[in-house]
Amino acid sequence: MAGVNPELEKLAKQDYKYGFVTDIEEDRVAPGLTEDVVRLISSKKNEPEWLLEYRLKAYRRFREMLQEEESHPEWAKVSYPRIDYDDIVYYSAPKQQKKIESLDDLDPELRETYDKLGISLLEQKRLNGIAVDAVFDSVSVATTFKAELEKHGIIFCSFSEAVENHPDLVKKYLGSVVPYSDNFFACLNAAVFSDGSFAYIPKGVRCPMELSTYFRINAAGTGQFERTLLIADDDAYVSYLEGCTAPQRDENQLHAAVVELVALDRAEIKYSTVQNWYPGDENGVGGIYNFVTKRGACRGHKSKISWTQVETGSAITWKYPSCLLIGDESVGEFYSVAMTNNKQQADTGTKMIHIGKNTSSTIISKGISAGHGDQSYRGLVRMGPKAHGARNYSQCDSLLMGDKCGAHTFPYLEASNPTATLEHEATTSKISDDQLFFCRQRGISEEDAISMIVNGFCKEVLRELPMEFAVEAQNLLSVSLEGAVG
Amino acid sequence: MSDAPLVSIKNLHANAGDTPILKGIDLELRPGEVHAIMGPNGSGKSTLSNVLVGKPGYEVTQGEVSFQGEDLVDMDPEIRARAGVFLAFQYPVEIPGVANNYFLRTAVNAVREHRGEDELDAIDFLTLLKEKMKLVEMPEDMMSRAINEGFSGGEKKRNEILQMLLLEPSFCILDETDSGLDIDALRIVANGVNQMRSPDRTMLVITHYQRLLDYIVPDHVHVLSGGRIVKSGDKSLALELEEKGYGWIDGVEEEGVA
Ligand SMILES: Nc1ncnc2c1ncn2[C@@H]1O[C@H](COP(=O)(O)OP(=O)(O)OP(=O)(O)O)[C@@H](O)[C@H]1O
Ligand SMILES: [Mg+2]
Repeated sequence: MAGVNPELEKLAKQDYKYGFVTDIEEDRVAPGLTEDVVRLISSKKNEPEWLLEYRLKAYRRFREMLQEEESHPEWAKVSYPRIDYDDIVYYSAPKQQKKIESLDDLDPELRETYDKLGISLLEQKRLNGIAVDAVFDSVSVATTFKAELEKHGIIFCSFSEAVENHPDLVKKYLGSVVPYSDNFFACLNAAVFSDGSFAYIPKGVRCPMELSTYFRINAAGTGQFERTLLIADDDAYVSYLEGCTAPQRDENQLHAAVVELVALDRAEIKYSTVQNWYPGDENGVGGIYNFVTKRGACRGHKSKISWTQVETGSAITWKYPSCLLIGDESVGEFYSVAMTNNKQQADTGTKMIHIGKNTSSTIISKGISAGHGDQSYRGLVRMGPKAHGARNYSQCDSLLMGDKCGAHTFPYLEASNPTATLEHEATTSKISDDQLFFCRQRGISEEDAISMIVNGFCKEVLRELPMEFAVEAQNLLSVSLEGAVG
Repeated sequence: MSDAPLVSIKNLHANAGDTPILKGIDLELRPGEVHAIMGPNGSGKSTLSNVLVGKPGYEVTQGEVSFQGEDLVDMDPEIRARAGVFLAFQYPVEIPGVANNYFLRTAVNAVREHRGEDELDAIDFLTLLKEKMKLVEMPEDMMSRAINEGFSGGEKKRNEILQMLLLEPSFCILDETDSGLDIDALRIVANGVNQMRSPDRTMLVITHYQRLLDYIVPDHVHVLSGGRIVKSGDKSLALELEEKGYGWIDGVEEEGVA
């Protein structure tokens, strides 16, 4: 192959569509991580004592972790200077009247922001079938279709509201899947999390619409530390979508979220993410550090949790959506497309922890690297001693564009049960000049050819996404590659 | 049928990478004609077809090529394709993950758009596709498979002809489309090609064997050697070559190009 294809080069020079900043007055605390800041966040939210205690425990543990060399998550194949946690603003929220009665009262600036992002917060304008919780910096600013959902007994609201209105549920499940001390970033999150989404689907209810959260980082110098908790009670079903964007800035911003899912007997949760945080420019300046802990517990018999993610944004991505397969015959799935272009880095994968009998898991990971992008798939499959008859199938495919990017696969397989079966396949391929030329000789432009090949490469994952999202994800993949082609 | 050539190649010199391969080729292809190009391995036949379709890595150093009166050399490959230049590749590539039918529809619509025609929707395209597939006797399930992935050599060649039938180019170049075909497949492929013969179309058929030319009877036969056309004649030249090989022709180098 003759050097780097000029089309592929061009793919690296595209503009980030969502890089604008909303000019809105924000209530923000001074930068720095102290016990007072933790207390302040808690009091701004009128939290009960037990939650403040939870935060403080996490805060103290995080302080210890900062001192412990081994607690810093530096095993990942990403490189960045250590973050100064006293330089970050931990709370920043748009100023608005305390409680808005209806979505019509929402600050027009905010509504416009979401309009620009293609997320209309006016229910009548929404596509039918998707309820949105909009999180802007540290707070949830709006949740649509609440009344409609309440008819089914479904609770879908911001995390803060859940603490206020459903403290028992929150208390019961918060930290039950990801303990506050789980890892460095989860611990930081447990101390300073500001808002996020909460959903509870009662027994036997199939959620009649997609639930979604749209995360937007706006303010400069802030971190976003949101917390999502979803519970599907016995025989419940929910499909949940998550989208994210941030303004284009030369500084790096930290996004350290925690997502916990709980699926009880025969319940099913489908969790889809299209992550498009600002990735930084082509020289690697700016962009979001996306350090996220996502984990689901299949507690119930025959319960199922399915993660689907399309990761095109962020300067650095560090995330491993995982499943704890506790209930017998429970099922975990992970479908992932990760794209790194320019100087983006990603270390992503999953953990499937098989505990119950006849549990099964599927991992389909597709990595695409262009420019100087570097990415690693890191996946752990553990078959516990009681996981009789457990099965896992893993497939990790990497697609390289050009010769300056990298892809690595780190599978960790641990089987302590002889009846468990594990199957792992991995491939690495390149888009060859001959393939591109073949397409061009048939009248297809090089850009279209690349997007066709990339979408073809990802289709096993894309078809797991809900319709509206699949189209968005396809476009996003093409846009993220624009400039990798000449 | 007009007498103006559809394709006119004048004193064409070209490099593959940095190596000069074509050393002065002159050819005039008129509408309705079929030209066969024969010649020893390494004589530059594939290079000529690659140059005609604008493959990166090949550089025209002298001479000119015009197509429908327009200079072809500076045109992007996809534009040439849309304008009606088609190459059935000697070695068709595989593209995993991309379904044949999706690819073909994208290609057909790219060409249609160029011609100012409406896009074909999925249903209209399927009707057209089924009709053309019958001509090359391809089973329908091959269309939902990835482009050429796991196709046998013969199936790949048939797929090339199918693409030609769908895109309806006016200048068809076939680079050893007959190699690796069994007797039945040869007949099928030749039928497909003959379907495309028309008074306003030109074909350049590269082959080593007379057996293809039994089916696709050429108007002209040229022998390419050392990057030059060293002899031209009518269909009887091919028969003569079949019988006597290349040794008797002046200017044929024994071991391909030096
Ligand atoms: N990129 C390249 N760089 C250098 N030499 C090349 C390159 N591509 C082709 N060649 C050489 O050009 C010569 C002509 O090759 P070409 O493929 O055109 O031959 P051909 O007539 O099609 O042969 P065959 O009958 O075997 O298909 C060969 O000697 C080949 O090695
Ligand atoms: Mg050849």
